[in-house]
Amino acid sequence: MLTYLLRRLLLAAITVFAITIVTFIILHLPPGDFVSAYAAQASASGTAISAAEADALRLAYGLNEPLWVQYWKWLAMVARGDFGRSFEYGRPVTEVIGDRLWLTVLLSLGAIVVTWALALPIGIYSAVRQYSFGDYVFTFIGFVGLAIPNFLLALIIMYFGSRLFGINVGGLFSAEQQLAPWTWAKFIDLLQHLPVPILILSLAGTAQLVRIMRANLLDELRRPYVVTARARGLRERRVILKYPVRAAMNPFASTIGYLLPFMVSGSVIISVVLSLPTVGPLLLRSLLAQDMLLASTIILLLGVLTVIGTLLSDLLLMWIDPRIRLGQLR
Amino acid sequence: MSSAVSDSAPPLVTEAETRVAVATQRQLIWWRFKRHRLAVISAGIVLAFYVVAAFADFIAYAEPFDTEAARSYIPPQPIHWFDADGNFRPQVYALKGKRDPRTFKLAYAPDPSDPRDLVLFGHGYRYDLFGLIPTDRHLLGLANGRPQDAIFLLGTDQLGRDVFSRLVLATRTSLTIGLVGVTLSLALGVLLGGMSGLQGGWLDTVIQRVIEILRSVPTIPLWMGLAAAVPASWSPQRVYFAITIIISLIGWTELARVVRGRFLALREEDFITAAELAGASRMRIIFRHMVPSFLSHIIAAVSLALPAMIISETTLSFLGLGLRPPAISWGVMLQDAQNLQTLGLAPWLLFAAVPVIVVILAFNFLGDGLRDAADPYG
Repeated sequence: MLTYLLRRLLLAAITVFAITIVTFIILHLPPGDFVSAYAAQASASGTAISAAEADALRLAYGLNEPLWVQYWKWLAMVARGDFGRSFEYGRPVTEVIGDRLWLTVLLSLGAIVVTWALALPIGIYSAVRQYSFGDYVFTFIGFVGLAIPNFLLALIIMYFGSRLFGINVGGLFSAEQQLAPWTWAKFIDLLQHLPVPILILSLAGTAQLVRIMRANLLDELRRPYVVTARARGLRERRVILKYPVRAAMNPFASTIGYLLPFMVSGSVIISVVLSLPTVGPLLLRSLLAQDMLLASTIILLLGVLTVIGTLLSDLLLMWIDPRIRLGQLR
Repeated sequence: MSSAVSDSAPPLVTEAETRVAVATQRQLIWWRFKRHRLAVISAGIVLAFYVVAAFADFIAYAEPFDTEAARSYIPPQPIHWFDADGNFRPQVYALKGKRDPRTFKLAYAPDPSDPRDLVLFGHGYRYDLFGLIPTDRHLLGLANGRPQDAIFLLGTDQLGRDVFSRLVLATRTSLTIGLVGVTLSLALGVLLGGMSGLQGGWLDTVIQRVIEILRSVPTIPLWMGLAAAVPASWSPQRVYFAITIIISLIGWTELARVVRGRFLALREEDFITAAELAGASRMRIIFRHMVPSFLSHIIAAVSLALPAMIISETTLSFLGLGLRPPAISWGVMLQDAQNLQTLGLAPWLLFAAVPVIVVILAFNFLGDGLRDAADPYG
C-alpha cells in the first residue's frame, strides 16, 4: 500500500513538473518577450509603463539570462503565489481569476457526480435488459452523445432552449446576482443555473461509462457464480446488485482518474459557448489578446488542480479496492 | 457457386465450412465485417464524404469566397421540381429583396413569375479540377444566369456567401486535416508504442509514464495555448500544417497503447517463437510476421482516432484558435453561428453541424465494425 501511495505521489510530482515546463513554453511562445508585449499593450491602452518599470520586470523574470535560469526564477515566483499582472485588466492575475477557478472546479466535480449517478443505473439496466427497447434507446443516446462535440451540443441546446421554451440557458447567475457579493440567495441562484451546463458536460462521459459498465456487467452475468446465487434462491435484485455489479464496478472506478481532465477540458469549451463565468472564456480571451501571464496562470492552475483531484481519486480508489490496499495490484 | 453443387448429395463438410477453412485472413475479415450492417453503411457514408471532398469544386455551384451585400442572410430556397404547367422541369425562383421600412431588415421573397431552369453540368466559376484540369463545369448550373444569383440550397451567410458551396469545400479541409493528423499521430504511436512493446525494460516504463502523464492533464487548455501561439501573419497553408501537428499530438497516446498491446501479445505467440528458432532476423520477424497480423487492428484504431481529430480541429477553429478565414472548415463555418443573435437571424448557419455529427458517427460505427472484424479467428 505504501509503495502504491509513493508511486502515485511521485507520478503526480513529475506531472506537475511537466505541466510547469509546458506552461513556461506557452508563456514564451509568442514572438518577442512578454514584457515588451506588456509594455506595448499598456501604452496602447493609455497606461504606459516606464522603461525603468519594464526593465525591473525583465530583471525579476530574468529575461536576459539563459532559459533555465528564467524558468527557475519564474517557478520561484509562481511558488510564492506571485503570478504577475494581467496587462489586459491591469490587475494582478489572481485577482482577475478570482471566483472563476472555483466555479470551474464546481462545474467539473458536479459533472463527474452526475456522470456516475446516471451511468451506473443505466449501465446496469442496459446489461440486465440486454436488447430491450430501453437498452436500444440508451445505446442510441449514448452514440449521439459521443458523436456530438461538447460545444455543438451546448450551441444546439442554447438555440432550442431560447427558440422553443424561451429560456436563456447561458450564464451561471441571473443578471441581478451577477456582481452581487456571495449570499445565500446568490448560492441558490447558482444552483438553479448549474443543471444545464452540468448535463451537457456529463453527456459524453456518461455515454462512455454506460458502455463500459454494460460490457463489464454482461461478462460478469455469464459467470457460474451468478447461476449459483440464483439456484440458491436469492432474489434477482440481490443477485445482481450484491455480486456481479460489484465486480463490474472495479474497472469503472479506475476511470475516474481520466474523467477529471476530460471534464476540465470540456468545461473550458462549453463555458465559452454558454458564457459561464468560469476560467474558460477568460482563457480564450487572454490567449486571443496574447495576455500570456494570465493565460499561462490559468493553464497552470487547471493542470495542477486536476493532478490534485486525480491524486485524491486514487486515494479514494485505494479505500474502495482492497486489492490495492493489500498491495496486490502494482 | 451454390447452384453448381445443389444437385449433388449433401457433403459431410458443408461448403461454407470448407470455404472458411481455406479462406485467407483478408477474406475472413471481410466476411466478418459484412455481418456488421451499420459498419458497412457507415463505410459507404465515409466514402461518400471523401468523394465529396475530392470533387468539392465540382459539386459547389457558387464561388465560396464571392461576397455580395445584397445577398446577405438569404434563407434556404427549395428546388421546384415541376413548372407551372405540371411538367417535370427542375427550377428555382429568382429572389426579390425588400427592405422592411420599419426594421430595415432585408426580407427576400421568391418570384414565381421569374423561374430559372436548373441544368446538370452547367457553367459556373472557373477552377482546376484536382488542381490540374481547368474547367468551369459544375454539377448544378442555370440555363440562364449565374448560379450564385439564384440557387440557395442552404441559404447564405452574413457576407452573402453560399452556405452549401462553402460547406462542400469545408468538407475537403476538415476531412484532410483529420487524415494528415491521424497519419502523423500514427507515425508517433507506432514508433513509440512499437519501441515500448518490443524493447520493454526502462524504455517501456518511460514511454508508459509519459502517456500516463499526458492522459492525466486537461489537454484542451494546453492545446489552446499552443494553437494561440501560431502567428497571425502566417499563410493559411502554414496555419493548416501547424494546427495539424498540434492535433496529431493529441491523438497519438491511444494509438501507441494499441500498438504496444499488440506487440506484447504477439511476442508470446508460437509462430513468432518458431520464426525466431528458424533464425529469422528481427526485421524479418517484425515486417513479415508481426505487421500483417496486427495491421487490421491498427486500421481499426485509426478509424476510431479520426473522429477525435475532426472534433479537435472543429473545436479549435470554432474557438478562433484553429484555422482562420479565409480558410474554410466546418469549425470556421460554425464560428459564424456562435451567438444567439446570429442564430435567431439565420438558423440555417447551424447546418454546418450536420456533416460534423454524421461523419463522426459514421467513423465511430465503422471503427467498431473494423475492430470486431480485425480478429476474425475469435
